[in-house]
Amino acid sequence: MSVSTDYLEQNFKRPPLLKRLGWFDWLFAALAAAGAAYAHTYYAVLMDGYEVGILYGTTASLIWLGWSWKPARQLSLAVALLSLSAVGLYGDDLARGETSFFLKFLVSSQSAIMWMSALYVMATFAYFFGMFARSDFSNRVGSALTWSATAMGLAGLMVRWRESYLISHDVGHIPVSNLYEVFILFAVITALMYLFYEGRYKSRQLGGFVLTVISAAVAFLLWYAYARGAHEIQPLVPALQSYWMKIHVPANFVGYGGFALAAMVAVAYLLVERRPAGMLASRLPSLEQMDDVMYKAIALGFAFFTVATVLGAMWAAEAWGGYWSWDPKETWALIVWLNYAAWLHLRLTKGWRGRPLAWWSVAGLFITLFAFIGVNMFLSGLHSYGTL
Amino acid sequence: MNDKTSPVRTRRGTGAIALEFLGSMNLAITLLVVIAIASVIGTVLKQNEPYTNYVMKFGPFWFEVFKSLGLFDIYGAAWFLVLLGFLLVSTSICVWRNTPHILRDMRHSRLDVQEKSLRSFHLKAEWDSTQALGDATAHAESLLGARGYRVRKRAQDGQATVAAMKGGLGRLGYILSHASIVVICIGGLIDGNLPLKLKELGGELRAETRDIPASEVPAESVLGTDNLSFRGSISIPEGASAKVVYLALRDGYLIQQLPFSIELEQFRIEHYPSGMPKSFESDLIIHDDELKEPLRQTIKVNHPLLYKGYAIYQSSFGDGGSELKTRAWSLDMPQQEPLELDSGVNRFRRLMTTRGERTLEFTDFKLYNIFPVGEDDTSGKKFHNYGPSMVFKLRNPAGEALEYVNYMLPVELEGRRFFMSGMRATPGEEYRYLYIPADAAGTPQRFMRVLAAVHDAARVRRVIEAQIGDTLSADKAGKDVRSTMIDSIGKLVVLFVEEGIEGVARQAEASLPPEQRQEAINSYVNVLQGVLGAVYVELLRDEGVNLEQGVSEEDSRFFDDTLNTLSMLVAYGSPFYLQLAEFKHIEASGLQISRAPGKDIVYLGCAMLMAGVFMMFYMHQRRIWVRLEQRDGGTALLFAGSGHRNRLEFEREFRALQAELEQAVPPHPASA
Ligand code: HEM
Repeated sequence: MSVSTDYLEQNFKRPPLLKRLGWFDWLFAALAAAGAAYAHTYYAVLMDGYEVGILYGTTASLIWLGWSWKPARQLSLAVALLSLSAVGLYGDDLARGETSFFLKFLVSSQSAIMWMSALYVMATFAYFFGMFARSDFSNRVGSALTWSATAMGLAGLMVRWRESYLISHDVGHIPVSNLYEVFILFAVITALMYLFYEGRYKSRQLGGFVLTVISAAVAFLLWYAYARGAHEIQPLVPALQSYWMKIHVPANFVGYGGFALAAMVAVAYLLVERRPAGMLASRLPSLEQMDDVMYKAIALGFAFFTVATVLGAMWAAEAWGGYWSWDPKETWALIVWLNYAAWLHLRLTKGWRGRPLAWWSVAGLFITLFAFIGVNMFLSGLHSYGTL
Repeated sequence: MNDKTSPVRTRRGTGAIALEFLGSMNLAITLLVVIAIASVIGTVLKQNEPYTNYVMKFGPFWFEVFKSLGLFDIYGAAWFLVLLGFLLVSTSICVWRNTPHILRDMRHSRLDVQEKSLRSFHLKAEWDSTQALGDATAHAESLLGARGYRVRKRAQDGQATVAAMKGGLGRLGYILSHASIVVICIGGLIDGNLPLKLKELGGELRAETRDIPASEVPAESVLGTDNLSFRGSISIPEGASAKVVYLALRDGYLIQQLPFSIELEQFRIEHYPSGMPKSFESDLIIHDDELKEPLRQTIKVNHPLLYKGYAIYQSSFGDGGSELKTRAWSLDMPQQEPLELDSGVNRFRRLMTTRGERTLEFTDFKLYNIFPVGEDDTSGKKFHNYGPSMVFKLRNPAGEALEYVNYMLPVELEGRRFFMSGMRATPGEEYRYLYIPADAAGTPQRFMRVLAAVHDAARVRRVIEAQIGDTLSADKAGKDVRSTMIDSIGKLVVLFVEEGIEGVARQAEASLPPEQRQEAINSYVNVLQGVLGAVYVELLRDEGVNLEQGVSEEDSRFFDDTLNTLSMLVAYGSPFYLQLAEFKHIEASGLQISRAPGKDIVYLGCAMLMAGVFMMFYMHQRRIWVRLEQRDGGTALLFAGSGHRNRLEFEREFRALQAELEQAVPPHPASA
């Protein structure tokens, strides 16, 4: 055969992942690994074996995320920088939060979360303005604001983690233990998913829609903080003192984020579909593409929600003595899960597309929302950690 | 039966139809939605409450209707289990039907694909190239191989087919995730209480609803150690041990025997400064004849003990029958010495009181009572510990009970100290508090003495007489006026003592026109303060208090507080104030004990589910074919592909591959 292997080498053989990495990828990985090693050395006394496992597992996932989705590297570094500067400024005295200018107005967890809130709301406006005015500049501003807000939110959570330990050692815990904290998580995760799709599809038109649901979460967060004082760090009840919380809750919120993203894309889809020649139709991505994003978001959400529910069951087996008790929160998790299972079946096996599924994913958001806050508000059960 | 067709055929026909229906997608989706909706009912309507609660909520008619629908125990209701059963069957059939062809499809390369069918694909491209057939085929093969496809080739007389496939595991994901549902259901079935339900239907088992000691429960409500799966709870006081657990069953319970006994050696609890529990743990000793030595282990929340397939969890805590020494100060006959009453939590005693027979039931004891401090507190502390408290109920012969919570130590409010006692008539409401001023020695004694004095009609009369003195003329008319005054002031005092300031106000309302009432009440209060104040001063003198400088500020505040409390006594509802004098705290640990042999099966199913779902979503099966045919000095290519799902993405990949192949096997300029 006369095919030269050189030719094949050149044209067909894409180098394997490791060879495609640049110096920045390696620097990023080294920093992440160093951070984990540092945390292990200094805080191992506070962790059990599972938690050490979670630490390294998270580090590996972070490196993998950074390598396969490049902007995650800059974001992680920005968050690390903000968080470490706050940790440094605090030293071991929580009261510095009031005296240090930088802490008080930028990186104490409360300020960072306020910044996050403001930036997300501004990003929503920027995206909508960009869409209506067809201003690419404004869309870019929206992206930049969303990235910054996300960095602030993540840093706020990190710093809050530290602050809880500064209050007292036995109060310290990862900030995913109550409704206030998980709302921040929700906003940040939804934004990250959106940003991923934005990069992937090179299209910023859906920003306003997705940021709307994030802004709604922010509005709730602010109300919850001001009216109920929910931002105060509370110690953990014994049932929550477990490494399971570190994986169960974040996995849940990847699920919720996916479902929320899908529902907002569905709204855009329905608006365009109603007026194919209307103003929005010319400004938003094609119906087919939105349908695709909707599916992808639900698939991702469903996969993580499955994992979260399984982990929840395992935790329940350890904390309450049974992996399934038909507790309202569990049952609603099952309802949400069955609902999206039905959705996926309709799409995949019955070939449904478009409008009915878009309506269904909007309805799905309300079901999810009920599982998320409605249960805490209206039903009582074992899961009453984040009551309103 | 229709005798015109052969019975065999008919049976097959209906069997096939039934199978078709059971394995159909429509049924599966319907089931998913229906189960979801049914589950909603179970979360909205609180499950497994005492039946009386439901009767109260819905009335007897709807109670019966809901009960017969199983709405109070939905997840155990027959129709719900049938729904789950259908889901199980439907999924099984689906897996069973699809697995063979999926497995075949995963392995099979489809080299034998027809040209015609390739042409009908949505994704395809055709071009002619000047490259020789061999070269073009090699290029196609290495391109697809380099892009991660598994490639097969068949070449024969001037023709070649390259078939490539990728992501076959995605199909395996389907099998895994759906089989997992079956596995999970089977595990769940093993651990569920279906066997108990059947026994109950068969009449072998009956839930006990009476509140009786475990040893007296009849055999038909007791389960032996051969019961494979259950989940029950038990509360063990410190120093005691248990050999059974209670299983809740609708409005009653069953007793489950254990093959070993569990002794609670010690229970420990730690609190945060806010009073919230920080951790609680129990030192357990397992006694089992099969053990050479008793097994000792400490359990706490999230850290259960596993023994012989039984899992023992720390789930709650409570009082294990603390011993209480109390002192009952009669409020109706305060001159009496207090009565010493010894009892304990979860015990009751019958008492004859000044207001008739009462049953005194002690229901709880707490060592700490920590509350956030009030806004005006300047101590700098955020929380205040009110110390030990006991809860008891006072039940009259009609069965109506008032519930009290009494604190042992006097609490400090605005610099004075009070015995705090809360009262409520129903469990749902907030306690209303009575504050009995404590004397310098920290006892209710002085308050009781004042109370006794104002109850003492002769003494009150003497004081009134002394107060009125000789202000009136000594003639007959004056004397009459004087004795009427003394009488009516005396009545006023009795009214106040018996009915409080509200009684006084009611009296004014009943006897005076509206415009005079307020004034009258004010003057009544003045008179009362005068008389009772004088009684109080007399008492102080009896106590030996030096009154040369007048009544000290402290003592006069004590008087004001006493008057306030006196006025509140009316609503207190108890003939005595029960002071907690001494206690011995005995804690009890709430354990949850379960046996779930199906758990590992369920976990296996969960692992399959998680793996399967990710495989399904993130590994898509796609196939690409290149069909090459020698044609006058060159090659004709037909490039086609099909993706199992994720069309947009696959289309992009397909077009990229096409572009690459067109570079390697360039189209003939004429054919483009
Ligand atoms: C079968 C078992 C379980 C299932 C299906 C389940 C499901 C869920 C779901 C769907 C959420 C929603 C997130 C939210 O609304 O906040 C959630 C949250 C949460 N779960 Fe679980 N869970 C299970 C067991 C447990 C156990 C055993 C614990 C701890 C003792 C636990 C602790 C939490 C916490 C802390 C949150 C966040 C709570 C909040 O603030 O709302 N879960 N779980």
